Amino acid sequence: MEQNVTNQSVQPTDPQHKHVLWQLFKATFFLSAFTFGGGFVIVSLMKKKFVEELGWLTEDEMLDITAIAQSSPGPIPINASVILGYRMKGIIGSLIAVLGTSLPPMVIISVISVFYQQFRENAVIAMALQVMRAGVAAVIFDVVINLAKNVCKTKRYLYIGLMTIAFVLTCFFKVSAVLIILSCVAIGVIDLIVHLKKKGETA
Amino acid sequence: MIFKLFLSFIQVGLFSVGGGYAAIPLIQQQIVEVHKLMTMAEFTDLITIAEMTPGPISINSATFVGTRLAGAFGAVICTLGVILPSFCICLALAYFYYKYRNFSGVQTILSALRPAVVALIASAGISILMLGLFGTDNSNFAFSDIRVIEALLFVGGLFLLRKYKVNAIAIIFGSGVIGTILYAIF
Repeated sequence: MEQNVTNQSVQPTDPQHKHVLWQLFKATFFLSAFTFGGGFVIVSLMKKKFVEELGWLTEDEMLDITAIAQSSPGPIPINASVILGYRMKGIIGSLIAVLGTSLPPMVIISVISVFYQQFRENAVIAMALQVMRAGVAAVIFDVVINLAKNVCKTKRYLYIGLMTIAFVLTCFFKVSAVLIILSCVAIGVIDLIVHLKKKGETA
Repeated sequence: MIFKLFLSFIQVGLFSVGGGYAAIPLIQQQIVEVHKLMTMAEFTDLITIAEMTPGPISINSATFVGTRLAGAFGAVICTLGVILPSFCICLALAYFYYKYRNFSGVQTILSALRPAVVALIASAGISILMLGLFGTDNSNFAFSDIRVIEALLFVGGLFLLRKYKVNAIAIIFGSGVIGTILYAIF
């Protein structure tokens, strides 16, 4: 069902395909420039931008991209950009998305490395960065509420249970994300085998 | 020298699985211990800047170290080093993902994975919320320490996002501006 939705989005034959590369660059650039606080923050913003606003990806696709980005080596925002760019426009799309994501931190750090002392001692900047976290948290919560709602809508106890257990393990017991992802892949494989066996019995 | 550095940052990119904080010990080893390009104190400063600015910590350090050694050219080379492994690996994974994702078996496995990803994002959100409201992300905090201005910004921001679908970047930026003004007044 979800697959059909995916195929409606931009195809290579789309007359606006140059526009897509520009939009891809613009979106990744702005997301990267305003994303403080780690990989999952930018993933939440990407979900808002590419799924909700632009409608380029389905929600499931964005979650899959997140899982792949988290489990691959290297920075999560870069990994997610590579996959996202590839999805939109192949290798060129990947290059553009990575460029958009890496330019803002490069420019900002180049400037700051010159004015480091002034920057660190500036009370206004320190204050703004501290209070901004409240806004970042609000954005993540907004995204999570939508995502969690959709998991609950599947009405499969397996999925709702996995979400709850994974949350408790990562939030309270600090279990690593990679371990959680690998375990869920294993559970998915078992689920698949059970499914196939049932099918075989009824056939 | 710059080529050696490029190779070092390739290693950082290749072996840091699981996001920003996994990269810190790797960068420290390569830059501070192996190549002695920075002192430990400078490295600590770098981590501070990286936390205060947007962008992945490994890109930030690559730019910082590269700029120091060879200006803008150095920054570009070092950043390329960090990105290169990610780029190749994720491109390959993206290729396989889009080739096989529509198979029903793959869909079944991915469906079990997605709820966990939602949980991971939720946990990241909780950590940032704790940092924002209590200044700590571990469990020993007191509810009486809550920062009222940040709590109001969070609730207000969430309300605007859910009810009026306000742009996310506007919310982040706005909370920074409004919060700073409120702190200046009170």
